[in-house]
Amino acid sequence: MQRLRAQATPWLLLLPALALLALFTHWPALATVWDSFLSTPKRGRPAHFIGAGNYRGMVEDDVFWQALVNNVVYAIGTIPLSIALAIAMALWVDSRLKGRAFLRLAYFTPTVLPMIAVANIWLFFYTPQYGLLEQITHALGLASHNWLGNRHTVLGAIIVVAVWKEAGFFMIFYLAALQQIPPQLAEAAALEGASRAQYFRRVLFPLLMPTTLFVLINALINSVRMVDHLFVMTRGGPDNASTLLLYYIYQVGFSFWDTGYAAALTVVVLVALGAVAFFQLRVLDPRTHYQ
Amino acid sequence: MNEVAAPSVFRPPPVTRALETAAAWLLGLLWVLPLVYAVWTAFHPAAYSTRFELGAPLTLQNFVNAWNAAPFARYFLNTTLLVTMVLAAQLVLGTLAAYALARFEFRGRELVFGLVLLQLMVMPDVLIVENYRTMNALGLRDTIVAIGLPYFASAFGIFLLRQTFRTVPKELDDAARVEGASALQVLLKVYVPLARPVYLAYALVSVSYHWNNFLWPLIVTNSVETRPLTVGLQVFSSTDQGVDWSIITAATLMTSAPLLVGFLLFQRQFVQSFMRAGIR
Repeated sequence: MQRLRAQATPWLLLLPALALLALFTHWPALATVWDSFLSTPKRGRPAHFIGAGNYRGMVEDDVFWQALVNNVVYAIGTIPLSIALAIAMALWVDSRLKGRAFLRLAYFTPTVLPMIAVANIWLFFYTPQYGLLEQITHALGLASHNWLGNRHTVLGAIIVVAVWKEAGFFMIFYLAALQQIPPQLAEAAALEGASRAQYFRRVLFPLLMPTTLFVLINALINSVRMVDHLFVMTRGGPDNASTLLLYYIYQVGFSFWDTGYAAALTVVVLVALGAVAFFQLRVLDPRTHYQ
Repeated sequence: MNEVAAPSVFRPPPVTRALETAAAWLLGLLWVLPLVYAVWTAFHPAAYSTRFELGAPLTLQNFVNAWNAAPFARYFLNTTLLVTMVLAAQLVLGTLAAYALARFEFRGRELVFGLVLLQLMVMPDVLIVENYRTMNALGLRDTIVAIGLPYFASAFGIFLLRQTFRTVPKELDDAARVEGASALQVLLKVYVPLARPVYLAYALVSVSYHWNNFLWPLIVTNSVETRPLTVGLQVFSSTDQGVDWSIITAATLMTSAPLLVGFLLFQRQFVQSFMRAGIR
């Protein structure tokens, strides 16, 4: 009896969390895969098995390909830039720079603000004719440009907002890592005659590698998840030039109510996230253990 | 955070130093510029929303107009209920699960831990189609509970607390048990008090995440009684207000204000919390 109770205790402790995880993470993930092989139920016609029908539709769907390419561009445009800025910010805030208390505040503030709220500010910032950006370019004598209305600049404009939002967040992790590095390393490097650039490249950057990988994984997930500003700034337009996958899933699932196809699109996102997980477990984890 | 700056053993030439300081400041100014711009627009009459004159008259009228144009009081209430409920559930469920994973030996522990960590990758944010279906089936659509429910069990919270509980000396646990304390009593008397800073850190991260969350609440709510601030703001700014920027920026600042003020007041705790939550 005693033994049985001892064995049951951990499961009882885990039960509530596991039940909710099963209901809202594991089950929907599996159900998504199953539903992606079903048709969308219509009036009088319940969902039925259509095999790869949704996927065949996806291959022929130009908007899907556009969203996928946009998402890759979004990730490539956002991740390296925000990581580089985060490192620079952390180094500055951690150094003896004048006013670093203010700088830390300035860099980090976008992180705590709701994306949907700051998107309103950025929308105004980019507005043609009387937005702030137009006023600046006008003062410099440059031609007027509709940043969000032009299919060549809209994605770039969206990327800027994403970098602005998350660079300060990533800075925090670098700041935490920098404060764990013993100052003797810098002294030793200086004694050996290393320059500051050499010290950064040969000592600091490798030591920050575990942090960079952690941040990289977060940034990859964010490039899938961070779509709130599209709702305010572009609605995926013009002409789908700024549509991202999750936003497209929302449109297909909740504007067109095509749930079967939305499930198939979700599977694509899950596969992408699975690839990130695999990359982290198989490629990164074995290597970061040297620390 | 450590206020003592890292020792600068490298002494770059003054010019390099000046350039770097300038770059750091330029970036800092760029980073606060959108916010400064919003503050300017919200506190001045519409005529000055893009005219930057020092003598421009200050006004609170934009805030009054925004407050009266949409049920923001109700939205504030909804968001407050939401973040409180989510945080309470996350702390209770996370504590129990983390304790089981940190201090009990049982078959399948690694597997369970793996299943928990899966949520770090497959977040509820992505599973909107199926979770909407589930909420429909449960009859919970358009309720505040439905917004929070998928987030009640948080892999991040469980992970963070598990790591913390593992650092508690096993002897403390054993000693309490010898005195006849039950597992739950040990958890409450020994582990929870020792993990207090981690709870604070997690709470700040959780509150700011759910205060700001938008996509899932947008999908699962469709009435004033349930909408959180983020969705309320979006509904407000995308409908008939159209181009009245002064009022929209006032509403924008209003919805961000509690977090922003909280952040300014507790800046160090905030930054420290995010740091603590990030170190693995």
